[in-house]
Amino acid sequence: MTEITPEIVAEHGLTPQEYDKVLEILGRQPNLVELGIFSVMWSEHCSYKSSKRWLKTLPTEGPQVIQGPGENAGVVDLGDGLAAVFKIESHNHPSFIEPYQGAATGVGGILRDVFTMGARPVMNLNALRFGAPDHPKTRHLVSGVVAGIGGYGNCVGVPTVAGEVNFHPAYNGNILVNAMTVGLAPADRIFYAKAVGAGNPVVYVGSKTGRDGIHGATMASAEFGADSEEKRPTVQVGDPFTEKLLIEACLELMATDAIVGIQDMGAAGLTSSSFEMASKGGMGVELDLDLVPLREAGMTPYEIMLSESQERMLMVLKPGREDEARAIFEKWDLDFAVIGQLTESGRMVLRWHGETVAELPIDPLAQAAPEYDRPWDEPEPAVELDERALPAEGDPLGALERLLVSPDLASRRWIWEQYDHLVGGDTVERPGGDAGVVRVAEGPKGIAATVDCTPRYCLADPRSGGAQAVAEAWRNLNAVGALPLAITNNLNFGNPEKPKIMGQIVGCVQGMGEAAAALGTPVVSGNVSLYNETDGQAILPTPVVGGVGLVPDVALVTGIGFPGDGLEIVVIGATQGHLGRSIYLREILGREEGAAPPLDLAAERRHGDFVRGLIHGGKIAACHDVSDGGLLVALAEMALAGNRGCSLAVPAGESALAGWLFGEDQARYIVVAEAALPILEAAEMAGVPAQAVGATGGSELQLEGYGHTSLARLRSLHEGWLPGLMGGDLVGAAE
Amino acid sequence: MKSAVVVFPGTNRERDMVRALERASGRHPALVFHKDTEIPPVDLIVLPGGFAHGDYLRAGAMAARSPVMREVIARAEAGVPVLGVCNGFQVLTETGLLPGALLRNAHLRFVCRTVTLRVENPQTLFTGRFAAGETFDTPVAHMDGNYFIDDEGHRRLADNGQIAFRYVAGGAPGEANPNGALDDIAGVFNESKTVLGLMPHPEDATDPLHGGTDGRKLFDGIVEALA
Repeated sequence: MTEITPEIVAEHGLTPQEYDKVLEILGRQPNLVELGIFSVMWSEHCSYKSSKRWLKTLPTEGPQVIQGPGENAGVVDLGDGLAAVFKIESHNHPSFIEPYQGAATGVGGILRDVFTMGARPVMNLNALRFGAPDHPKTRHLVSGVVAGIGGYGNCVGVPTVAGEVNFHPAYNGNILVNAMTVGLAPADRIFYAKAVGAGNPVVYVGSKTGRDGIHGATMASAEFGADSEEKRPTVQVGDPFTEKLLIEACLELMATDAIVGIQDMGAAGLTSSSFEMASKGGMGVELDLDLVPLREAGMTPYEIMLSESQERMLMVLKPGREDEARAIFEKWDLDFAVIGQLTESGRMVLRWHGETVAELPIDPLAQAAPEYDRPWDEPEPAVELDERALPAEGDPLGALERLLVSPDLASRRWIWEQYDHLVGGDTVERPGGDAGVVRVAEGPKGIAATVDCTPRYCLADPRSGGAQAVAEAWRNLNAVGALPLAITNNLNFGNPEKPKIMGQIVGCVQGMGEAAAALGTPVVSGNVSLYNETDGQAILPTPVVGGVGLVPDVALVTGIGFPGDGLEIVVIGATQGHLGRSIYLREILGREEGAAPPLDLAAERRHGDFVRGLIHGGKIAACHDVSDGGLLVALAEMALAGNRGCSLAVPAGESALAGWLFGEDQARYIVVAEAALPILEAAEMAGVPAQAVGATGGSELQLEGYGHTSLARLRSLHEGWLPGLMGGDLVGAAE
Repeated sequence: MKSAVVVFPGTNRERDMVRALERASGRHPALVFHKDTEIPPVDLIVLPGGFAHGDYLRAGAMAARSPVMREVIARAEAGVPVLGVCNGFQVLTETGLLPGALLRNAHLRFVCRTVTLRVENPQTLFTGRFAAGETFDTPVAHMDGNYFIDDEGHRRLADNGQIAFRYVAGGAPGEANPNGALDDIAGVFNESKTVLGLMPHPEDATDPLHGGTDGRKLFDGIVEALA
């Protein structure tokens, strides 16, 4: 038997104090299999040990919530007996090491989290962060990640309908790949991971177990160094074809009542799935590892337990239902094996070749999982930008053109055309708008979903930035006419052992909680990805929010494109001209400074409710939220989407032109209607600021007093940047 | 019109196709599984889109050899109309029911977007509702849609009216030809025009929510011809 040395303990990512706890629980030295199990169960990735203390502060309840955090995914009520099941999850570390497989298996993993609960996946989204466009690795990473997401989602037949992408040098050494899935289930037939009933069979289904991905969870819980490339063997390999069969087989079995509990084998594979199921039910479990379907001979118990081979599920069935279940999985050509049973012992016992190779108490291991209240620094207050000292903007249309070819605002068409966003025939809002929308259950209802985060705000002010991510998701859902229901979050940060980073985590979670409470969108699921650092350089704080809303009637959904000529354009919400941390400040003036735009959650709610009311009343013909780049960029996006120009008058008294056109004040939307007056009157009644700013029509974007520019020119700039970058046009990329 | 839709492991657009057929014919198509060896008596057999057998080995290669395909081939040879869309088109070329092959897209990327098609031969049971040269919009969504055939085969296709649709410039952004297909070919018939394969997805252009209903003409035409 391998001697457990301090080096082996350290290699397993356990601190000496954590190892002492292991010794205390077992009352003896663990063997290597047991140490491996402790290692993954207590990894940051599986235990949330640095973030749990703060995650507990988030609002998680509401009348619409059927299941909050703690299960495979969150569940919210859609009415009519339907429920939306959704979650977002990161695959950051693997995607940097091996972008195609890393991103593909990220999609596969989040799909399993959703169909495990009995839901058919109906939409995928993703939130991506890459390094500087001209960094030598960026094109390779973008190309691999996008192909991987497409390769998996396209094959399983789930439309990828929305997403967001940022480029920033802070992600040069740690890209972010966050994937979200939304599924649809009957509200009264949700499946949980809880395993009960001594003697009930524990069943393994799906792909065979191989040696891939061993210790992936541990890898994802440490910083990268110069050797990160050598970690390639810890990345799993995806097989979307098998996943598609697994979805069909699981949903077919779920239509019967044979399943007691079900859990996908994700991070830490068989270990965490069996452990969590038994732990939730207060049961013990006995597994015979000789019965686990293996891809190759000679695998050790250590490898079998820690493998992260994809497309596998663990189920507990009612006794006597094995044959019925087996027939379904065999029909779909999938492995099916009874590998053990539940016991009353409260212990996990693993047998292999006739011997007991591990025996661990389940509850103490789960209960004693480390939880840290890590020291954190209060973030320093950002210094307000002195906007009066900025140079006057003499060429606003020139600035617009430069913004539309900037990395964070250029068209993402090159990316989303690689995703099948139409399969299923229910896609109502395609990528490129504010939120993706799919029709459900033959209509008229639909689900809207979006992913949002503005890391530059989070860096300036974590609390305000965390709240802004929730508010922007709220806005994007309202803008298509959806009633926001709940959110899922993906907290991407650097090393939590550094008080400065921990301060970012604390601030962002606090802000997120405040906004979620104020806007009535509780957090029902989520994922944490820490240690996104390379050689001590951390990413920007990136707490991504995935929002889900209910569309009562998909026929009422508004897109962002101008739908006709001669329509009047109204800005909802007050324009103060806040330029601190704006894209304009960064791209045009080369400065990343100032405070994040102030957020007024009460106004946010009022404006959102007002806009949604306009859409449901059929009062407006198009809607777009105002976010990155400000008002003029939002108008240009609406013009390009509708292939129709507009003319815009800067209201009298707007002395700070740049702030009015490019400021990133929050709680704003642009709406378009036959006539502005009724909208302005309704807004006044509702106590919502509103301003008529122009009208649609023509093939140019006109700014009274400052000239005009053609849509054709704007389009070629906006659409050209990303294909230029990916086609090797680094001159274009450097612009 | 009675129809059957074949489902291979990895097929993923069968629901889209079923709805389009229901909309046009008012009848629910029979779903036939790849392991089935019999197909009920129907007027039309449809091979829908997806990734049959994961597109492993080569798109359509394994599906073309599955048990159900022996019956599909026999029916097609007996004159029963067969429609293959996207992956279904790939399967039909792999069985030899249609000439040519579908190669990887020239730009080596998956492509999902709207394209414009021109009807090259309206005098078939599939295209009767269209006028010669009429154009219509449908989405494409594929990795391997780059149609190829040798010179002699190409000449035969052209001479015999077997080119069903070509990609042409339209309203949607991007190149007219989304995949590098030879001679902009988007769909072809067999010699007797009873088998049609095309890469685009007319079934995903049959509902106003799809952003257009141009695809209905194809399905309505088929129903009219076969009812």
